[in-house]
Amino acid sequence: MSVSDMFIALQGVLTADQDIREDIRKVVQALEQTAREILTLLQAVHQGTGFQDIPKKCQKAREHFGTVKIQLDSLKTKFPADQYYRFHEHWRFVLQRLVFLAAFVVYLESETLVTREAVAEILGIEADRERGFHLDIEDYLSGVLTLASELSRLAVNSVTAGDYSRPLRISTFINELDSGFRLLNLKNDSLRKRYDGLKYDVKKIEEVVYDLSIRGLNKEATPGVGGEK
Amino acid sequence: GGGSGMSGKEGSGGFRKRKHDNFPRGQKREEKENVTPSSALMTSFKSFQLEIDTRHDKYERLVKLSRDITIESKRTIFLLHRFISAPNGEEILNESEVKLDAVRRKIKQVAQELIGEDVYQFHRAISPGLQEYVEAVSFQYFIKTRSLISVEEINKQLIFTAEDREETTNTTSSSHDKQPHTWSLKITPVDYLLGVADLTGELMRLCISSVGNGDIDTPFELSQFLRQIYDGFTFIGNTGPYEVSKKLYTLKQSLAKVENACYTLKVRGSEIPKHMLADVFSTKTELIDDDGLP
Repeated sequence: MSVSDMFIALQGVLTADQDIREDIRKVVQALEQTAREILTLLQAVHQGTGFQDIPKKCQKAREHFGTVKIQLDSLKTKFPADQYYRFHEHWRFVLQRLVFLAAFVVYLESETLVTREAVAEILGIEADRERGFHLDIEDYLSGVLTLASELSRLAVNSVTAGDYSRPLRISTFINELDSGFRLLNLKNDSLRKRYDGLKYDVKKIEEVVYDLSIRGLNKEATPGVGGEK
Repeated sequence: GGGSGMSGKEGSGGFRKRKHDNFPRGQKREEKENVTPSSALMTSFKSFQLEIDTRHDKYERLVKLSRDITIESKRTIFLLHRFISAPNGEEILNESEVKLDAVRRKIKQVAQELIGEDVYQFHRAISPGLQEYVEAVSFQYFIKTRSLISVEEINKQLIFTAEDREETTNTTSSSHDKQPHTWSLKITPVDYLLGVADLTGELMRLCISSVGNGDIDTPFELSQFLRQIYDGFTFIGNTGPYEVSKKLYTLKQSLAKVENACYTLKVRGSEIPKHMLADVFSTKTELIDDDGLP
């Protein structure tokens, strides 16, 4: 094969690669749009009036996750299944965002941390790499960290809205999350950087709890301190 | 609970215990872990720990292998540069083949680490080593055949069999039974291109040193070959990733140096006796060596 033939062949490969990336980018854009819609929907819980119908908002958000499923299904068809990490960068950000949104919904519904398997199910993807388009563990953990900062904000706004018990429950939850993350040996990467922000969320919530407890406001709602729920 | 014990260590007697509970630093952190040590959340984080550690360990092993591959490939290239000046060319070629075999054994270990994995997940760990290998193997191929090795040709040599197990001590034992009898590692087109781009730097050096040795034919051959590669890269242009287009600039410089050398040979070669050519280029060589060689 002559040198120029070789380069013509390589150019063909690279062009095909570009086409795939182009296709992926289109789907990812649609996914980002859906994610924004869900976020807008859920942001309402921070408003005083939004506290009343949290279940209804969660219900609506879950409907939107149906769209997410369809879009992710279409994403799967855009590239060879065994080349997930080759194109990972393209959907990494939006997938982390979706994990956060799913985790937020689940938290609002049940005040528990969504498992990796459950998120994968909500998004219509796999938790295991072997079985197809999956949720990378670091993406899952990043999404969970976003949830922590959202919840520290929710704690503040709960107090404003007169809900004094929620911050205590959030505090227990975030503390457990913090203990969980401290088990991990993270490398000096983006996940590590985001984890470094968790301590500020912990601090923020504890200040809220402190403010409530010195004023005796915590006893009003819950009989025992620390939310045994 | 544990509060009475810590007030003594604290040293600032003004605080009351209740306050400590609400400002958790230090001691409180330990307490928190005792809240629910075996909750569902903690159990799953323990499995995450294992998963992440396993992944990082593999990555580190691959980085180390890649570094070894780089070092050995570089040594092979140095060895091959002696080919022109040495009277015993065959011997050097054989020696380089032995060295490349050693590199391939390392690549085999890489391939074993990657059995059942998504190669692209660890690509960043091994990419530098593979590029260097492409450079070495294509340099040797050029010296032997005066042509460019194709990516398929390179990959053909990276198919391994399970025959010689004795070298496989580094790999995990758990997957041994499930191992296929042959497995392979494929150089990606981009790694190939980057390796070939580096090759042109070596060819430029080869050109200058061969002039120094009074070899007048090799420079012309090289300039033609380099021009073909340069044309190839121009054809690809910015279709490829950023790294490839970045190399294009260095490639152009290498080509210019070789073309200038040929020019000088053409213009002055007839005037200067062969044995003095080395002197003509010795001053030039210094200039060339100054800028931008890897």
